Amino acid sequence: MSDPTRENLPQGAGAQEPLLEIKDLQVGFQTTGGMVTAVRGVDITLMPGQTLAIVGESGSGKSTTAAAIINLLPGSGRITGGSIRFNGEELTKYSPRQMEEIRGRQIGFVPQDPMSNLNPVWSVGFQVEETIRANGIASGRKAVREHAVQVLREAGLQDADKRLKQFPHQFSGGMRQRVLIGIGLSSRPKLLIADEPTSALDVTVQRRILDHLETLTRDIGTAVLFITHDLGLAAERAEQLVVMYKGKIVESGPSKEILENPQHPYTQRLVAAAPSLASRRIQSATAETAHHALGDLEYAPTKVTEGLDLIAAAEQRLEHIPAPAGDGPRRPDAIVVKDLTKIYKLRGQKKGAANTITASDKVSFAVEKGTTTALVGESGSGKSTVAKMILRLEDPTSGAIMIDGVDVAPLKGKGLLDLRRRMQPVFQDPYGSLNPLRNIGNTIGEPLQIHGVGDRTARRDRVLELLDQVALPQTLITRYPSELSGGQRQRVAIARALALKPDIVVLDEAVSALDVLVQAQILKLLADLQSELELTYLFITHDLAVVRVIADNVCVMQQGRIVEAATTDQVFDSPQEQYTKELLNAIPGAGITLGV
Amino acid sequence: MAGYILRRLLQAVPVLLGTTFLIYFMVFAMPGDPLLALFGDKAPDPALLERLREQYHLDQPFIVQYFLYLGGIFHGDFGTSFSGEPVSAILVRTFPVTIRLAIMALIIEFVGGVLIGLISGLRKGKLFDASALVVSLIFISLPIFVIAFVAQFVFGIQLGWVKTTVSAGAPIQDLILPAFVLASITFAQLIRLTRASVIETEQLDFVRTAYSKGLSRRRIIPVHILRNSLIPVVTYAATDFGVLLVGATVTEGIFNVPGVGRTLYQAIVQGQGPTVVSFVTVMVLIYLVVNLVVDLLYGLLDPRIRYVK
Repeated sequence: MSDPTRENLPQGAGAQEPLLEIKDLQVGFQTTGGMVTAVRGVDITLMPGQTLAIVGESGSGKSTTAAAIINLLPGSGRITGGSIRFNGEELTKYSPRQMEEIRGRQIGFVPQDPMSNLNPVWSVGFQVEETIRANGIASGRKAVREHAVQVLREAGLQDADKRLKQFPHQFSGGMRQRVLIGIGLSSRPKLLIADEPTSALDVTVQRRILDHLETLTRDIGTAVLFITHDLGLAAERAEQLVVMYKGKIVESGPSKEILENPQHPYTQRLVAAAPSLASRRIQSATAETAHHALGDLEYAPTKVTEGLDLIAAAEQRLEHIPAPAGDGPRRPDAIVVKDLTKIYKLRGQKKGAANTITASDKVSFAVEKGTTTALVGESGSGKSTVAKMILRLEDPTSGAIMIDGVDVAPLKGKGLLDLRRRMQPVFQDPYGSLNPLRNIGNTIGEPLQIHGVGDRTARRDRVLELLDQVALPQTLITRYPSELSGGQRQRVAIARALALKPDIVVLDEAVSALDVLVQAQILKLLADLQSELELTYLFITHDLAVVRVIADNVCVMQQGRIVEAATTDQVFDSPQEQYTKELLNAIPGAGITLGV
Repeated sequence: MAGYILRRLLQAVPVLLGTTFLIYFMVFAMPGDPLLALFGDKAPDPALLERLREQYHLDQPFIVQYFLYLGGIFHGDFGTSFSGEPVSAILVRTFPVTIRLAIMALIIEFVGGVLIGLISGLRKGKLFDASALVVSLIFISLPIFVIAFVAQFVFGIQLGWVKTTVSAGAPIQDLILPAFVLASITFAQLIRLTRASVIETEQLDFVRTAYSKGLSRRRIIPVHILRNSLIPVVTYAATDFGVLLVGATVTEGIFNVPGVGRTLYQAIVQGQGPTVVSFVTVMVLIYLVVNLVVDLLYGLLDPRIRYVK
């Protein structure tokens, strides 16, 4: 969208034959209980050189549709109906041998997770070179090697010639994704399928790689089928959008139109729940009105978006927070961190090399009671280390942590137990943080048991009360984590954190692993709970868009240091540091003008 | 790399000291007088008995016996067996035979096991896979001596393809049947392990990516599936070598192989401390070396490990 020539393409393409034409595609998975349909009647038309994005939550069938095109459906998946025409040829009738010719050569593929998509036992050069050789792009050792270097260089990998011999584990996630993009584009395919190509990467890296991919595919004239769960990202990167829900297309058309005027209730909910879009909308509203009153937004929640709308959640949150600094007495600080430093020793380093790493370098900040402070940074910035030290799961190398004015460093035994009672964590992975062998009632009740709160019946009553608080049905008490969805599990984790009526909750990437709609619900829940229980949140995240709707204050961390700390409005309206600006720019949807 | 090998060899020293001490102690603690047992029902001449006791240091306390034995080793003297033959001579005579048998078994096991495991894994749930599973289950359930006797009867007596016993010098053609029998103990486990590993690898993301790159299945199977699947299999084969050495004792008895097994068995029964300890020490040493080799091989198979060292 940043390039005006792209916008003109669809009109000019009217006379052309479509490059990819999917009609009434049906994909099913064979299970013991019979055929389960994952894709039901999908129609997609993609013109040469065009970019089209499929948007949907996990399980919507977006990745399955993409896999069906190149006949790489996982497990027992099969195309059960419909047609896929590529370049005038019917792909569903192709033999496995013929598909080999199409894959790599005519249709490139960039997978989602750069960590698991390169074979760890072969060098990067080997894996690029075998692609070039298999597709007949070049032959002969030297020619293949030269081509591999060229491909990697185009994909934006520095020192490509020197790095050919290195192995994937010696590359960072962003570099691996560049390698995968290089592989995907190595034979100048007519179509590139990019399946969430950057969702596993840091936001700034994501932006750089997507910018690069955009330039590259435009130069080559490759059409892109872009698959993502982020509506803001999709709208920014593609001129056409297809929104999928439960295996069906619920809405499709030009990105701008869909964002501005979503027709289908599901799309309306997605637009309301996408943090990137919500933060942009709040941003433009506050910029225009100059005073930070969200209530001035011409915005009315509708029935379909009820409980999901991030702006509504942010608005509601604003009502209860204390007046801005200076207008009234500041409440006491719940958390004060002073010069907090953590140095890890590294093992197995060569002599002379630095053998320590400073994960947290003189970090200082304070969190006022009943407010939310977000600790923002990319992976490796030290934000989680700070959280762990505050929770006393790691001991700081130096510096002090005061909780409610009490230094926690000397606390042991009973004192530490009391501290833990007042301060509870919620972690990122709702699958890993619940014991699969304990039922929900026991999981939520465990902290009560450990701290010896009440008797059996009292504890059970409290668990039921907590289930109500996090809006889960009481019947879940006897169920097990494997029977719950990701969003439900995260609610259970929150309920467990609230069991002891803590004053402080440390949320370490607590919503990052969730689908947007679920994420919006959890953010809303957190806002509700804060106003109801006067909680103090320390919210650790890499996602500035989420910060915009949940936090009062922001500390931006980079390489173990806090580079900028201010109120959320200040950080968003007038960021001081270059790094903060970069992070803000990385929020998808920068180029989109939204009717507020 | 050289430093790593040296460190591993140095680690072997306390292991060897520990094992020799434990074995020596166990032999010492066995009930009965080894010399009296030699004479059977006859009453021995007390003077002769006294002389023999002195000669084999059996009149000394346990710890002195142990250190006398240990001291001897440093001079290349592994002690003398009751038959008067130096233990070192018996070691040289028997170990090559057993090692030849174990290596043959290992090759049969590895080549066959990996091949069948690979095909089973790639054709999960098909006829080949199902039959391989059933057959391997039978082999896992049967004790080795049953397999040995059946093999001896079918191939040696009924079909007459091979000799039922191994002739002196243990030539390779005579060892083929015992090697197959020996391999059969761990063969089935290897098939199952390879199969599981192949099935797991086949579902990994990079295999799908390999297909998306336009590679053919013929290339993906050896390069991206088999290579990665071998990593756990090789680790298993190392611990397996110990099982093969143990199994060799039984197999050698049945096929009359003049290897370690028979000699060691007799020495244990007769309570010949130095002979037992020397044999076990050499076995431990072989086991340690094999494990070191496998660890080095592991690094070769997996670059992530290579660079950590």
